[in-house]
Amino acid sequence: MTEPVKVYPAKPQKVYFFGTCLVDLFFPDAGMAGIQLLEREGIEVLFPQAQTCCGQPAYTSGYHDDARAVAAAQLPLFDEPWPIVVPSGSCAGMMRQHYPALFQDTPQQALANEVAARVWELTDFLLNVCHIKLRDQGEPVTVAMHTSCSARREMGIAAVGPALLGQLDKVTLVEQVRAEECCGFGGTFAVRHPEISGAMVNEKVSSLVDTGARAFVTTDCGCLMNIDGHAEKEQQPLRGQHILSFLWQRTQGGPGGQDREDREVTP
Amino acid sequence: MTAQPPPSDVEQFHPRARAALSDPQVRQNFRRAMDGLMAKRKAAFADWDLDALRDLGAAVRQRALAELPNLLEQLEQQLQANGIQVHWAVDGDHACRIVTDICRARDARRVIKGKSMVSEEMELNHYLEQHGIEALESDLGEYIVQLAEETPSHIIMPAIHKNTDEISELLHDKTGTRRSHDVEYLTASARQQLREKFMQADVGISGVNFAVASTGTLCLVENEGNGRMTTTVPPCHIAVTGIEKVVPGLDEVAVLLALLTRSATGQHITTYFNMISGPRQPDELDGPEEVHVVLVDNGRATLYQDPELRDTLRCIRCGACMNHCPVYTRVGGHTYGTTYPGPIGKILMPHLLGLASTRHLPSASSLCGACGEVCPVRIPIPDLLVRLRREAVDGDRLHPSRVAGHGSKRNPVEAVAWRSWRWLHSNGGRYRLGTALATRFRRLQPANLGAWTQYRTAPRLASRSLHQWVRQRSKQESDES
Repeated sequence: MTEPVKVYPAKPQKVYFFGTCLVDLFFPDAGMAGIQLLEREGIEVLFPQAQTCCGQPAYTSGYHDDARAVAAAQLPLFDEPWPIVVPSGSCAGMMRQHYPALFQDTPQQALANEVAARVWELTDFLLNVCHIKLRDQGEPVTVAMHTSCSARREMGIAAVGPALLGQLDKVTLVEQVRAEECCGFGGTFAVRHPEISGAMVNEKVSSLVDTGARAFVTTDCGCLMNIDGHAEKEQQPLRGQHILSFLWQRTQGGPGGQDREDREVTP
Repeated sequence: MTAQPPPSDVEQFHPRARAALSDPQVRQNFRRAMDGLMAKRKAAFADWDLDALRDLGAAVRQRALAELPNLLEQLEQQLQANGIQVHWAVDGDHACRIVTDICRARDARRVIKGKSMVSEEMELNHYLEQHGIEALESDLGEYIVQLAEETPSHIIMPAIHKNTDEISELLHDKTGTRRSHDVEYLTASARQQLREKFMQADVGISGVNFAVASTGTLCLVENEGNGRMTTTVPPCHIAVTGIEKVVPGLDEVAVLLALLTRSATGQHITTYFNMISGPRQPDELDGPEEVHVVLVDNGRATLYQDPELRDTLRCIRCGACMNHCPVYTRVGGHTYGTTYPGPIGKILMPHLLGLASTRHLPSASSLCGACGEVCPVRIPIPDLLVRLRREAVDGDRLHPSRVAGHGSKRNPVEAVAWRSWRWLHSNGGRYRLGTALATRFRRLQPANLGAWTQYRTAPRLASRSLHQWVRQRSKQESDES
């Protein structure tokens, strides 16, 4: 459940950056783009090197002892009272919405509650805490956006991505039909029920292609791997990018949503 | 329990899902129907503060459940005061026996039925047939499903898996109705056939949407008038209902009714709303001589004991969760092999059948949350799915499993895999070493990742992790300064 009313903190001097395991291994450019966007807003970014994973894969699979052990290893990494920003709706959702229940009746309960309350999805943080103003440096381009289900329903930020993209003068945002429908990722769901997941992503790719856009952006790497991977497998003319990579590239004069190999932005 | 589908049926989820996905007609029928229902629901709530109304709906149901034992006692007293006979059934079989005994006492041979999901849960038709009593469904959708010798594929629209052509063909085969694309004509034909049956029936059996404790009133929501006929034309009316359907008073009915019809079919009000308050009185011209209520437990009391799982019982059976479910929309209701399909089925059926046979159901969700978002009484369906996943693998030593058949999905190989995942991810040093190796030897990553790459290319490991990148960057900065 999303909070009825979100109370954003004042723009802080520093934030903790929780990169997430998928960004870490597959889309580090999205993480670096996020860090650079924050730094450009004058915020010092603290990246605890001991961070690993929020624990979500085991949690949603029912292995809560294992999820709790991994999540417990993250809790002590944020000992100063800075906000914790996460470049993913689902990992932010795990930490903000599910840590309190996961650690209920454990010695870490108070710490887990305290950490959870400081967790923000990064695009939400950029828009509503940093009040970022983006200056588009790129060529005209049409993009579609897929907001992840966790970003939309757990974190309540469906309006955030379009608002950020709306600040970019030369970016035309088009909306696919059934935009609010799941892409079929669902973590281990994609491999436990491959045919159902495959049917879902197939329709998601079709609806994105039907917009005429050749690029889409998303808040979550799970959806990105799923949609982009299916489009590539089906040789569809559609490539995906994490929204943070796109926003950074657009405002640095980079290509923005053009080339899947060009994932690394130059530091 | 003989009154339930055999476990093997439920366990066929995967093969049936594959079959449904490769049937373009099924896919199209459900997609179209669900798109229509979603749009209607949205339009029906357009002028309402839906979040506030859902808060109210949730509170009404939570309060009713909190007081359930008292409300049931009060309901029994009020029903009896109204001249309605009350029966309690521990499970589906027991409920079937009660209904059959009532029929036998009246020497009844022909039963006409209004729509009732609890009677589906009990497999009442089958039971009655075995005992020489003919049961005919009078809800058009249920009638079609019965003619086709199928089970409902949706709790509100039982025949939603069929399109007009298929229904026309079925009616032609089974009843001799002229083939037609005209829905009005087909409906009128079925109506005519059923009208005679109402007159001949010895007993009418219906479900209940809300049972009002303070007045002893049974509320029945319907559109076709068959519910009213079923409950008033035959000399005996038997209502079957789950014990959770009780509400304190009529004020609560107003809230739930407003939510139910809009959530289910996008209607502001249904064509019929029946309030049944007893058998025919001496000065009345019509209505049944006898009215019975069978209050069915069938696993609900056990479910009720767990404060988290209890939320499942808030359900008012609107079907909005299935209408909005991307999995249900694609595989259809029959794939589940259970009385209640879709998201509500995934969280309810494990309590009716046990987790051993239903262990695949809670995992058949991407946890997208669409069901929880539309539920008019705010059942936290995704959280309950996760709870049942945990129970299915006995995954939490702090919170021992409680659902019958728990642990049935626990697989030693998978448990070891998660244990290894935990070992790698619960220590920053080990994780960095592991990911450094992965990125270093990324060229060795296999292109075939099993089920993942059946539909997608493999995600490509980056040449350096974000951890490495951040470290190199700060080293570079300190070198420069």
